[in-house]
Amino acid sequence: MNSVGEACTDLKREYDQCFNRWFAEKFLKGDRSGDPCTETFRRYQRCVQKAIKEKDIPVDGVDFMGPNKDKPES
Amino acid sequence: MGRYFHSEVHIQSPWHQVLAAFWQRYPNPYSGHVLTEDVLYREVTPSNHLLSRRLLTKTNRLPGWAERVFPAHLSRAVYVLEDSIVDPDTNTLTTKTWNLNHNTLMTVVERCLFEEDRSRPSWTRLRREAWICSAVYGLARPIQEFGLARFKSNQAKAMRGLEFALSRIQTEVAPHLHGNQGVSSEKPLPPHHRPRPHPPRNLPSSTMGGRGIPSTLVAIGWHVKREFLVSG
Repeated sequence: MNSVGEACTDLKREYDQCFNRWFAEKFLKGDRSGDPCTETFRRYQRCVQKAIKEKDIPVDGVDFMGPNKDKPES
Repeated sequence: MGRYFHSEVHIQSPWHQVLAAFWQRYPNPYSGHVLTEDVLYREVTPSNHLLSRRLLTKTNRLPGWAERVFPAHLSRAVYVLEDSIVDPDTNTLTTKTWNLNHNTLMTVVERCLFEEDRSRPSWTRLRREAWICSAVYGLARPIQEFGLARFKSNQAKAMRGLEFALSRIQTEVAPHLHGNQGVSSEKPLPPHHRPRPHPPRNLPSSTMGGRGIPSTLVAIGWHVKREFLVSG
């Protein structure tokens, strides 16, 4: 899958590979020994955040879990 | 007032595999409308929850009548954020997905809850809700109807895409390790992290149900329990 920054796709794949391995083999198994993907994530983020700024994608200041929606009255 | 969608699906795969598939579902044969995928943020909280934010860009396909009314929107893709929380202690994944642009035309907010089926631990329950709103004066109702129809079509593709990723994860465990192990065991396969060739690991000798190579909806065993449509 491509990154929104064309130059970032390889870095993204490298990070994804690291994350998927950590997620299945460490995180889900309760191993809290730390994140081996910090450096590869940093490299990837440097690239993708630059692309996001260049493309003016409005991700800044968006609250985590975003808009609040309640169920409509039945 | 907007339109509201609700569905519940039972997935015949254990929660840890569904989660692996959730992260790895792009690209798949049903995701041609998804152009890019990026992780923007990840954090493990002190309470051991995994928070993530993904940015997707998707094509913006409009019906012919809307293309004539809103020509400026055609040139830009839709930016979608997907925020999620994984709780490995309760085996739940909660997601919230919404569009960052084209909001004057339509805003779609989707909330999903993936949880282990307590009565059947090798199954996962997915509850999905969506709110579709348009604020365009005089055209909100037809836009919302179109939005709802497109959402239903997209979520069907999303389910097929998830199933595709699941079957890829499940069949990537080297077939020769299944060997003559039989097909009656219900024990789930250990999680597999990446749909790329890897050297086989030392896996327990078990298979996933009796499905052979699961590559169809029937093989994975989707069961759509009910779908509610409530107009707002």
